[in-house]
Amino acid sequence: MITLSHYLVLAALLFALAVVGVFLNRKNVIVLLMAVELMLLAVNLNFVAFSHYLHDTAGQIFVFFILTVAAAESAIGLAILVVLFRNLSTINVDDLNSLKD
Amino acid sequence: MSTIPNFAPAAAEILLLALVSLVLVIDLYIDQARRALTYYLSQGTVLLTVLVLVNHVNTAPVFTFSNMFVDDTLGRVLKVLVLLTVSVVFAYGRQYAEERDMLKGEFFSLILFATLGMMVLISANHFLTLYLGLELLALAQYALVALQRDSARATEAAMKYFVLGALASGLLLYGMSMIYGGTGSLNLQEVAQGLASGRVDHVVASVGLVFIVAGLAFKLGVVPFHMWIPDVYEGAPTAVTLFIGSAPKIAGVAFFVRMLGEGLAPLAHDWQQMLVLLAVVSMALGNITAIAQTNLKRMLAYSTISHMGFVLLGILAATQQGYAAATFYISTYTLMALGAFGVMLLLSRAGFEAEQLNDYKGLNKRNPWFALIMLLVMISMAGIPPSVGFFAKLSVLRAALDAGYTWLVVVAVLLSLIGAFYYLRVIKLMYMDEPEDTSPIGGDLDVRVLLSVNGLAVLLFGILPQPLLSLFNHAVVQSLR
Repeated sequence: MITLSHYLVLAALLFALAVVGVFLNRKNVIVLLMAVELMLLAVNLNFVAFSHYLHDTAGQIFVFFILTVAAAESAIGLAILVVLFRNLSTINVDDLNSLKD
Repeated sequence: MSTIPNFAPAAAEILLLALVSLVLVIDLYIDQARRALTYYLSQGTVLLTVLVLVNHVNTAPVFTFSNMFVDDTLGRVLKVLVLLTVSVVFAYGRQYAEERDMLKGEFFSLILFATLGMMVLISANHFLTLYLGLELLALAQYALVALQRDSARATEAAMKYFVLGALASGLLLYGMSMIYGGTGSLNLQEVAQGLASGRVDHVVASVGLVFIVAGLAFKLGVVPFHMWIPDVYEGAPTAVTLFIGSAPKIAGVAFFVRMLGEGLAPLAHDWQQMLVLLAVVSMALGNITAIAQTNLKRMLAYSTISHMGFVLLGILAATQQGYAAATFYISTYTLMALGAFGVMLLLSRAGFEAEQLNDYKGLNKRNPWFALIMLLVMISMAGIPPSVGFFAKLSVLRAALDAGYTWLVVVAVLLSLIGAFYYLRVIKLMYMDEPEDTSPIGGDLDVRVLLSVNGLAVLLFGILPQPLLSLFNHAVVQSLR
């Protein structure tokens, strides 16, 4: 029997993986964007699980909005990435260091 | 179920959306030589929206769109302030943007869409409207930072801002999902009722709260979630920094008040402790790190971080007095930020960014009037009477004191004394040093007049703070329970 807590644990693991991906990744900006997407998907899983468990559709409708905004967000993220690559000729996270104290 | 919602409370937002879309389309048919038309249309859009907002003010909150949207006095006051700020941003930024080939339709339409996002955020009464308003604001801001496409600094700042901003949204959403799971609702009032009933599992509510506070702190730029602020301030073109450093702060505080003061009010005891910690480290790190900066934009970035710590002092009181003090503080801070970046934009010219502290040496000999304006802004940021910054600090400190945080008030006063050093250093450079750069100071007449009014307003509201203070008290009492 799969219960609510199984879904919550899975979503928490995915979320943690995404946060670790953002902070530990020192190589590639595209991986950062993937980690951000994964984080939003973990949230979606949470919403759908709660929505089913509570018999309330509001949570599932929220998920559609998150998916739509996430699509717009990755469009902007990739656009910034293209401009960044044109200027720096690299997408290595460690090379993004011209701004510091 | 199929009744038509009441559109009237959202009239200003609907008008703004229609007019921005119109500006966007008209701009497509204008050639670069007549770009000034887009500027005037954008200004007209903003001012028309202000007129709609001040035309009719309800005394009691009006809910619409299935209680997702609320029209109340506090919302109206903050929206008018946001719109006026945006209007000033357009005026100050116009020449700078023109000289850097940034004066395109995007500059105006992105700022106007961000403004729409802020207005939705300010009026939100539901997690969904909060999220959508926030994202409309954030997505437009990411694009604005990268507007100067050939600048490596600007695109790097945009990338950093994007990744951290998306991370913050993720944290916030995760917190919202937990609160939703606990209370079974996304509406702020129902969430508050659910939490107050005591039937919600404390662990679920606490986890949700921690993530929401972290997400909010990221958006407002509070330590330890402040990493993006200095990079974005320094990397973005100054006209964009002016925007990011002003109006969105008002929306950010509104977000705090709606989310914590309304939705999560029953958990006040828990979030107060978190905000105490965030406020102390923000004020400490912001003020101490700002001393080490040689770039004025970066210095103002750290100064923002410390000011946000002060705003949190008002919010963490969790009283009506505290919320009124926090909104008063952020409005006066916005006035000062506009003044400081306005002088910076005035001194910048084609191929020269007046962003190093040394560029301000001897400003008094070059132009005594704008040196005086900068002096007023700096003493106000430092919180020295008779400027408005003093009364802003006084009101948040009083709110925190009344809520019983005596030690916190003592710490805040000591840290603001440390902070006074770097503001006074700018004044010293302007008045006691010899100018290195003696080129004349440009600026159109309208910008000069507006900047003078801006600087004198800092002094005027410092001498007569009462009308503004009572406006916020009145708005908060009418809008929040």
